[in-house]
Amino acid sequence: MNEEKDTIILAFESSCDETSVALVKNGSEVLAQSTATQIKSHQRFGGVVPEVASRHHIEQIIGCLDDVFQETGLAYDDLSAIAVTYGPGLVGALLVGVSAAKAVAFAHGLPLVPVNHMAGHIYAARYSAPIEFPTLALLVSGGHTELVYMPKENEYQIIGETRDDACGEAFDKIGRVLGLNYPAGKEIDELAHQGKDTFNFPRAMEKEDNFDFSFSGLKSAFINTVHHADQIGEKLSQADLAASFQQSVVDVLSEKTLRALQKYPVKQLILAGGVAANSELRARLKEECSKLSGLALIEAPLKYCGDNAAMIGAAGYVAYKHGVRGDMSLNAEPGLEFSWLSE
Amino acid sequence: MKTRDIFLFCEMYAWVYVKLIKEGSSVKKRTEHNMKILAIDTSNRPLSVALLEDQSLLAENTTTVSKNHSVALMPAISEIFEQSHLKPTEIDRVVVAKGPGSYTGLRIGVTTAKALAYSLDKELVGVSSLAVLAAAVHVDHETLLVPVFDARRDNVFAGGYVWDNDQLINALPDQHISFKDLCAQLVGKKVCFIGADLVKFKDELLELMAGQDYSFAPADSAIPRAFNLGLLGASEKPQSVSDFVPKYLRLTQAESQWLEKNPQGKEKHGPYVKKY
Ligand SMILES: [Zn+2]
Repeated sequence: MNEEKDTIILAFESSCDETSVALVKNGSEVLAQSTATQIKSHQRFGGVVPEVASRHHIEQIIGCLDDVFQETGLAYDDLSAIAVTYGPGLVGALLVGVSAAKAVAFAHGLPLVPVNHMAGHIYAARYSAPIEFPTLALLVSGGHTELVYMPKENEYQIIGETRDDACGEAFDKIGRVLGLNYPAGKEIDELAHQGKDTFNFPRAMEKEDNFDFSFSGLKSAFINTVHHADQIGEKLSQADLAASFQQSVVDVLSEKTLRALQKYPVKQLILAGGVAANSELRARLKEECSKLSGLALIEAPLKYCGDNAAMIGAAGYVAYKHGVRGDMSLNAEPGLEFSWLSE
Repeated sequence: MKTRDIFLFCEMYAWVYVKLIKEGSSVKKRTEHNMKILAIDTSNRPLSVALLEDQSLLAENTTTVSKNHSVALMPAISEIFEQSHLKPTEIDRVVVAKGPGSYTGLRIGVTTAKALAYSLDKELVGVSSLAVLAAAVHVDHETLLVPVFDARRDNVFAGGYVWDNDQLINALPDQHISFKDLCAQLVGKKVCFIGADLVKFKDELLELMAGQDYSFAPADSAIPRAFNLGLLGASEKPQSVSDFVPKYLRLTQAESQWLEKNPQGKEKHGPYVKKY
């Protein structure tokens, strides 16, 4: 008899404004997921307020945990490990997930697997296709913008990142200028489709010989353009503004990614993170990748682009197989980062 | 007192206390199963966890050196289980200090308590962190025990407690209040203040309580003991594990500012959290 037991992981995610719990089988199948999103609450303040976020997490986490057990009928005996996001993110928010995960692991004598939130975003792509190495990931979200090279499974190396604002942060900031609700990414994407790139905003660091990004110059140029028009009483097209901004972002992201692909030949390019849901970015990278032979573009499924526990379960499965373990003193690490690729 | 003396004193005190409680409760009919309780207090700087069986102490771990409750709490819990030769599944209830206190400290303790109670399918009870301090000070029935935590900007978290037939009764609700307004509520009462943070209000206290009948509890009573927490929570009714949240006693600044600008905001706004 050579029957292998399924590896079922209970995963927690609470790094920002979503409380999420999932049960994941063999790192590739979501058995159940329950997510409570606080977006409506933070819309009152125009952005995530950390203390409010932490308070919502503690209200929601047990309900989410209960949902996934009710839905699957699984018991703790069926589990192989508990995976949890321990960073990066908001410290108070992270602590709710970390505390809950440690308590459950202790109560049932289960191994605890600490997961980097960014590894989670990359592994959301696992729900589209198996990942083949070496691989390159473009990670774009409200908190992060980075290019991550993975020579093999469970190894993550940064080759470039934003020097100022994260990409999604820039979307939210210009969204506020346009009078849109937080988070603004989806609305800007829709507006952009009705407009044209007429403003020709700067493409920061596009020609520089590195893989870093910068979005603060673009953000300033955008704000200046709108303020100047306001002062002289000129009415600018919101659609054209959105289209111009989005085009600049997409140009920079794809330009840098293509350059990275030249230096690091890989089998797959993974597009992940909240901003990976942007339709223009998806279309552009699909087009560019189709021109390169032997390269497949893997996009995280739309429903796993934002923060969720399923992606933590997928990355947690890989870490678990590689023997990554946390003990009962595991702490939240708000500034957690992958290490840089050393040349 | 030297540190060692304080420890000796605490031990002796705990023993007398257990004895008192046992004698006091011997009239009540004995439950067949001995209730085992895990008690957790991380509401302020000290960290205290205890295991109790039938109102006596099995093990307690109380420290004031933890810089980070997130790092120290679970190892401390794990240790008292080992010392007591108990498995997590053998407890009947989790009692947690529900606040007021440090927001982050409270969330670490309460999340841990909720997750343990839920995943072990045990009862959960929350007890005021201020009551835990009051429970350590035994005084006559006329004295109002007033535990105080600093809440910054001249404000405190405070409540009032009295002993009535070996029961600790909450006489003045736990509240977030200016120190001045607190003292105004204490006029004409026989008061015993508890808490290390009172030092910060020394000058104000001397002035506001001038001519009043007040005293201070011994210094060691400023440290919450999870044993006392467990005793207080032993007879309380269990609460809903998933709905349980800390008693912060204070809105976040962002929320109070928003409510100022949107007086009917909460009703109009609709649910803050959506599940999918
Ligand atoms: Zn994220």
